[in-house]
Amino acid sequence: MSDTPVTKRKGSLLVQDARTIKRNRAEKRFQMYGIAAISIGMLMLVILLTTIIARGTGAFQQTFITLNVPLLAEKLDKKGNRDLADIKKVSTFGYAPLMQAAFEAKVAELGIETDLKPKKMAALLSKDAAAQLRNFVLENTDLIGETVEFQFLAQSRVDGYLKQRVTRDSIAKDKNINATQLDLVDALVASGHVVKKFNLDFIIGSDASDARPEAAGMGTAMMGSFFMMLVVLSLALPIGVAASIYLEEFAPKNWITDIIEVNISNLAAVPSIVFGILGLAVFINYMHLPNSAPLVGGLVLTLMTLPTIIITTRASLKSVPPSIRDAALGVGASKMQSVFHHVLPLAAPGILTGTIIGLAQALGETAPLLLIGMVGFIASNPPETIAEGLMSPNSAMPAQIYEWAKRADPAFYERAWGGIIILLVFLITMNAIAVLLRRRFERRW
Amino acid sequence: MLVLIVLVLASFGYILVRRRAIASVGGDQRILHSLPSYYGSTALMFIAVPSLLVLALWLLIQPMLVQNAVIGLIPAETINEGSSVGLVMSDVRRIADGLDTAIAQGAITSVNAASLNVETSNIRAQLAEVGVALGSDVAAPVLAAAQRYRAMNANGSTAMTLSVLTLALIGFALAYRMTTAAFRARNTVEAGVKTLLILAASLAILTTVGIVFSMLFESINFFRMHDWRDFFLGSKWAPNFRGDSDLSILPLLWGTLYISFIALLVAVPIGLFAAIYLSEYAGPKTRAVAKPLLEILAGIPTIVYGLFALLTVGPFLVSVFGRGEEGFLSVEWMSGATAVLTAGLVMGIMLIPFVSSLSDDIINAVPQSLRDGSFGLGATHSETVRQVVLPAALPGIVGAILLAASRAIGETMIVVLGAGAIARISLNPLEAMTTITTRIVSQLTGDTNFASPETLVAFALGLTLFVLTLGLNVIALYIVRRYREQYE
Repeated sequence: MSDTPVTKRKGSLLVQDARTIKRNRAEKRFQMYGIAAISIGMLMLVILLTTIIARGTGAFQQTFITLNVPLLAEKLDKKGNRDLADIKKVSTFGYAPLMQAAFEAKVAELGIETDLKPKKMAALLSKDAAAQLRNFVLENTDLIGETVEFQFLAQSRVDGYLKQRVTRDSIAKDKNINATQLDLVDALVASGHVVKKFNLDFIIGSDASDARPEAAGMGTAMMGSFFMMLVVLSLALPIGVAASIYLEEFAPKNWITDIIEVNISNLAAVPSIVFGILGLAVFINYMHLPNSAPLVGGLVLTLMTLPTIIITTRASLKSVPPSIRDAALGVGASKMQSVFHHVLPLAAPGILTGTIIGLAQALGETAPLLLIGMVGFIASNPPETIAEGLMSPNSAMPAQIYEWAKRADPAFYERAWGGIIILLVFLITMNAIAVLLRRRFERRW
Repeated sequence: MLVLIVLVLASFGYILVRRRAIASVGGDQRILHSLPSYYGSTALMFIAVPSLLVLALWLLIQPMLVQNAVIGLIPAETINEGSSVGLVMSDVRRIADGLDTAIAQGAITSVNAASLNVETSNIRAQLAEVGVALGSDVAAPVLAAAQRYRAMNANGSTAMTLSVLTLALIGFALAYRMTTAAFRARNTVEAGVKTLLILAASLAILTTVGIVFSMLFESINFFRMHDWRDFFLGSKWAPNFRGDSDLSILPLLWGTLYISFIALLVAVPIGLFAAIYLSEYAGPKTRAVAKPLLEILAGIPTIVYGLFALLTVGPFLVSVFGRGEEGFLSVEWMSGATAVLTAGLVMGIMLIPFVSSLSDDIINAVPQSLRDGSFGLGATHSETVRQVVLPAALPGIVGAILLAASRAIGETMIVVLGAGAIARISLNPLEAMTTITTRIVSQLTGDTNFASPETLVAFALGLTLFVLTLGLNVIALYIVRRYREQYE
């Protein structure tokens, strides 16, 4: 067949005329538009993720300076009886001279030539370093009198210098650091006393004030988010499931049910900040619940997540075939029993998936938290009891990121990106669990 | 504490009543109308539900009643210049709480606390000792009010405890008495459970009502202090905390709409073409990969987009449109990273999956027979899409775009970080502008005084925003629903 001679005719199937060519080109073009649109979307996703990773991973590493600190007994424990109460009386100012001396000794030991005064040398350490040392001494009082090797946090400019964020050009007008100090840093890097290493405190520590970006961490905010999610889970799940069961299984078709349904679909689209206003007006101004408490945040987020949970729960209740209900009713179960003993367990995986997705949404929500005061610097230790965790002021992960993004020091930007990595890790884990659950338990009827 | 007692009582009731039910038929459960656990549950319900409900209501209403009673005690002259009822009330509350703390720590006895007197003792110093700091010395009427507040609260708590416990006991007695073999316990329990389900479902209505009322009341307060004509028709937004501010919504509305417009300009073409490609051209494999990947964009928290706008897109745009000679275009059009374009672009990226997912569903809902008819007439695929599928799907797509627009108008974090804080009406997309949501955040964060129009304006802004987005949503949902019915 293939060697049959072909007669060429105008407008045949084999040779396209001008109009067909044009139409086919338009077809190709149209298809390209679609591919281009999808590629742009993907490209944005890739750019977004690479930006986050490129800018954020630095926050997990921090520069430390290793010094041998003599813990002089006559300075730290004047009475010499190792009484914790007495040692606590020495404030961080009492520790600063020790660190200056240690720095001077280290520089002399390494034979580094510098005309910096000890005080200027110690300025390379974080403002948090003295508190770090003090906490260490309070925990290990038996070490007083000995010389310990200690890794201090370096100040953020030194950290930025090692991460190439701060350059010798950019510090010309910076009062926190000068070129001579950077020379010393170079020498210490060469001798291995200034190192960059993994910083666990960024993940478990709490936020620090404007002057100490190197000491700021996400830990406390994570606790705040955790307690909020606890509230959301324990309220939104039962209420959401109850509401869906009623609407899906019991509700008669009348105008009240219609109003409720329209309400729920509208609430799902109300801007989140409006929920923040509601929380401020009702929970804080009217009920006088404590400001900035994760309990209030959790309540607001509960109201926000409810529509999501109700919508997904109803979908999974609807997917349970009516034959299950009929069979239960047929053997003498009441309507309530058929729902609670048969339909609900079968719909549980779907409900769980919806709940996890709703929680993930709530975890990343920021705007309502700003209004109920869950931003701002809170130098608190992690809460010890559940009640304290719910009622005492705290921040939340996204609010903490916002707080860092607003501060002037670029060192905080790195931490904001790092915070985003932590937040996204949580979100990805939750969504992955949801997808796995769906895959594992999904049933086709 | 009270809750715990009620719960313990309820579980006792459960056990006792269940036992009684079994005993009433001599251990032969077949004679009972319902399973024994239903009798127990009846008791549980009768004891716990009414008493806890009363407890919750009481906790809600008591502060209101006490506040009203106490405000009456404060003479108008005590509320001096620059102060307000709200401030004095918070003073009263702080003193009352302080006295309670002092008694709890043993600094004063409760008898002494009740007979405190402004002339004879320095209350501020006494309270400072137990760690309660007061802003100023205590005036006599304020102290009286605080005493009254304490007394009423104490009485209220006692009455509450008593009535809750009585209710619980009555419930227990009732359940216990009713328990006989013929008692239809299951029906009672099921009716109760159903009521609970209805309550849960009506929480949605309650939330909406809460939203509307919380904003409505404060907005009314605002319009009492501020001329509504200035709010809706003025042209300047210049809050001034000494009072006499220009608070007009128009510049904010302009910024909001302008940014949303740019966002839609980005999101609609990209989202729509992506949806067309995914639903008409892509094979199942491409679809299975591309669709979830695009939807990741919708799952990323908005704070991430905000940071992306502020720290990545903004500086990039400045390097293109700004910096004079050093810039990419050697022009000086853009001075700061925060601008309408910055926020609009990033918001557009965020909205792509909203538009694409919704449109995808809608295009898929167009019956295949329409396409087949068009193919049969010799149309190419793109001609079919443009001339048959899209017109058929148009109402639904418009609904999707409206939903995206409502999302854009209510978006907060991207504009807070990316759009700037200057309220102005201008056409230049490279300038910073501000939006309704940004101003709500800035007026309501930090130290706020709920008696000044500068704070209350946030509620009026919120109400406007709510009405705006609600309107868009209702129209969009209506269109989408109408459209779906058309092909079913």
